[in-house]
Amino acid sequence: MAVLRRLLYSQKAAPYLFIAPFVITLLAFWLVPLARTFMLSTQEVVFGQAAFIGLDNYQRLWEDRLFWKAMFNSARYMVLTIALLIPIPLVLAAAINSKIGSERVKAVFKASMFVPALTSVVVAGVIFRLMFAESGTGLMNQIVGVFGLDPVRWLRIDTGGLIALLALAMWRWTGVNILYFLAGMQAIPEEYYEAATIDGAGKVQQFFHITLPNLKPTIVYVTTISIYGGLAMFLESFMLYRGNASPNDQGLTVIGYLYRRGIEQNDLGFASAVGVVLLVVIMTINLTFLTLSGTFKKESAR
Amino acid sequence: MTTTRRIISLLAAGLAATLALSACGGSGDEGGPDAEGRTSIDMWVFAELHGTYYEAMAKQWNEKNPDKEIKLDVTVFPYDEMHNKLQLAVNAGKGLPDVVDIEVNKFSNFVAADGRTPLADLSEAAEPYQDDIVQARMDLYTREGKLLGYPTHVGAQVAFYNVPLLEKAGVDYKTIKTWDDFKAAGAKYNKATGKAFGVASTDTNITQPLIMAQLGGNLFDEDGNPTVNSPEIVEATELQQEMQKAGAISTIPGGSPDIEEAYGPINDGEYAAIVYPAWYTSRFVDYMPDLAGDIAIAPAPVIEGGEVATIGGGGTGTSVIESSPDKDFAMEWLAFAKLSPEANVAVWEELGFDPVNMSVWEDEEVTHNPENKYNKYFQTNLFDVLNEVKGDIGHFESFADPNLPKVDEVFTGSTYNQIFGDGVPAKKALDQAQADLENQLK
Repeated sequence: MAVLRRLLYSQKAAPYLFIAPFVITLLAFWLVPLARTFMLSTQEVVFGQAAFIGLDNYQRLWEDRLFWKAMFNSARYMVLTIALLIPIPLVLAAAINSKIGSERVKAVFKASMFVPALTSVVVAGVIFRLMFAESGTGLMNQIVGVFGLDPVRWLRIDTGGLIALLALAMWRWTGVNILYFLAGMQAIPEEYYEAATIDGAGKVQQFFHITLPNLKPTIVYVTTISIYGGLAMFLESFMLYRGNASPNDQGLTVIGYLYRRGIEQNDLGFASAVGVVLLVVIMTINLTFLTLSGTFKKESAR
Repeated sequence: MTTTRRIISLLAAGLAATLALSACGGSGDEGGPDAEGRTSIDMWVFAELHGTYYEAMAKQWNEKNPDKEIKLDVTVFPYDEMHNKLQLAVNAGKGLPDVVDIEVNKFSNFVAADGRTPLADLSEAAEPYQDDIVQARMDLYTREGKLLGYPTHVGAQVAFYNVPLLEKAGVDYKTIKTWDDFKAAGAKYNKATGKAFGVASTDTNITQPLIMAQLGGNLFDEDGNPTVNSPEIVEATELQQEMQKAGAISTIPGGSPDIEEAYGPINDGEYAAIVYPAWYTSRFVDYMPDLAGDIAIAPAPVIEGGEVATIGGGGTGTSVIESSPDKDFAMEWLAFAKLSPEANVAVWEELGFDPVNMSVWEDEEVTHNPENKYNKYFQTNLFDVLNEVKGDIGHFESFADPNLPKVDEVFTGSTYNQIFGDGVPAKKALDQAQADLENQLK
């Protein structure tokens, strides 16, 4: 008891004691696996026996058409989700935050937009697969039928599959992003808008000159997690195509490829190399983005 | 900085999850019979029906061997999950079952190119039944002289024709002997009805290898290097592409005849001819009740002067894990459960598969039993067809190659979709598949 008390009251030791759970978790679940991944990526593992093969895995990776295809698919998905999932929720959040419309209707809207985030991707993927079925009776094909068009083989063509994936992402994440932006908007002091109104600024001007600049930290945050989320997407595609195989690998993502090589084809070394490359790519993009957006600058220098 | 840190921890969680995938600990079973003299055997399967079958076989075994009863514990997993779980367990060396069903396309994942394997050699336990078993199906699971799995069925490829539809279009299925006949009949049928005749599978690699084998092709050379753009393979694929252009085969919803999306259209008469392994009988009976009495089974079309008449397609090898404490007992039971005549009668009667034990094929009482639901459903008897091609069931060597899973994935993932879906010339698509495979296997 005495020892513990001394420890807790000690100015030097106590802080370390308090952060210990976090540090231990970080070491156990991040640094150790990360180091193991780097090690594995230089090995060939067969039935639990590992042999060192240097950078062979990376060399194969570099020459692998499918890896680049997966990388392209993931990057394309990431860029398009950001292009859709930042502006649209932003405008919707501004509409909810404005004084127009009934509060009750807006509350219902807000809640209903958030519900998809609570449903499981597994269920959503199955439903979307049925909606985008290639037969004429699928929901999307009935919709295009209204316009007099022939049924589309959605999940068998590249663009069709991409549209389905983006629709799933939109459906699922619009509500969450609205909440982020709404929280950011509600933290902007009312006085700014009052002052702007007195100076004669219109609603649109206020949005671009007050709301947007003040929302910058939120936008930076949402963009950062979207970069990660987009590049690391796996489950959506896995569920939509009912498994990891899609026509011409049009739905193959980097994580999907990692899963295929590591878990399905028993090449854990190669899969680890894929993981390491993905980590490097995501970190590079995000660190560059965060530096350019000024997140790392000291508060006073901003 | 907090944002980056959050990203880092998210990433870490992802990586950790990927890496920390390890099977749960073993059951602590140390082998040998328990107090009641029963030996516990853990078994993994990926099809509910197979599970029921093994449980029936365990019961039969216990009736015959009261002195060494089995306590069989079957776990059914979905297809992908079971194979992935087994692979991880094999790498971890922990959490393995005693006996496991492995699908033929995944089988090679459990034998390294240099012959290392976690599976036990079953040849000795198979000896009492050896002479009656279709050798080609044993070869399928034999690596470097070691028999690593027992086959479930022959899966000889046959043709299923929808007779009333064909008659309406003036096509007599009995005249279809070669693929040229099939193409001509299909073109005629397609012209007369505007409907599809046969199926061009994009998502399975079953019918295509039949033609490759008939032409004497192989997906690998003697050293195990992929040769998927070799002349015979290109010829076989071009032949199918020409059939598609002539209207004799068409793509199908779901990409293969053996998937939920496809059963509906076939049941509705949208497709009139299915060339598939004999076990497809069970799909007709279970999923296409409207066609009862309409379907005739006939030998699969051949190539004139071809190497073999037909080959087995699909399959499940059942293996015993080398490190299992009850290895010897498991082998003995498994040989009984899969190779004995009793077991093979059950394979036909319960599952509707063409059994690997040929003595059953000649047992008229079993094969022509008028009460059998399969015999009731089809116009012709499956075993009459099988006995007709019996001496000419080939073994497609590529099916036993350690790298088959990779070829299968490239073919069903891209190549067949390019060829039959997008109309890419067969040669071009196969050249690309070859390049992809060469890199993957380097």
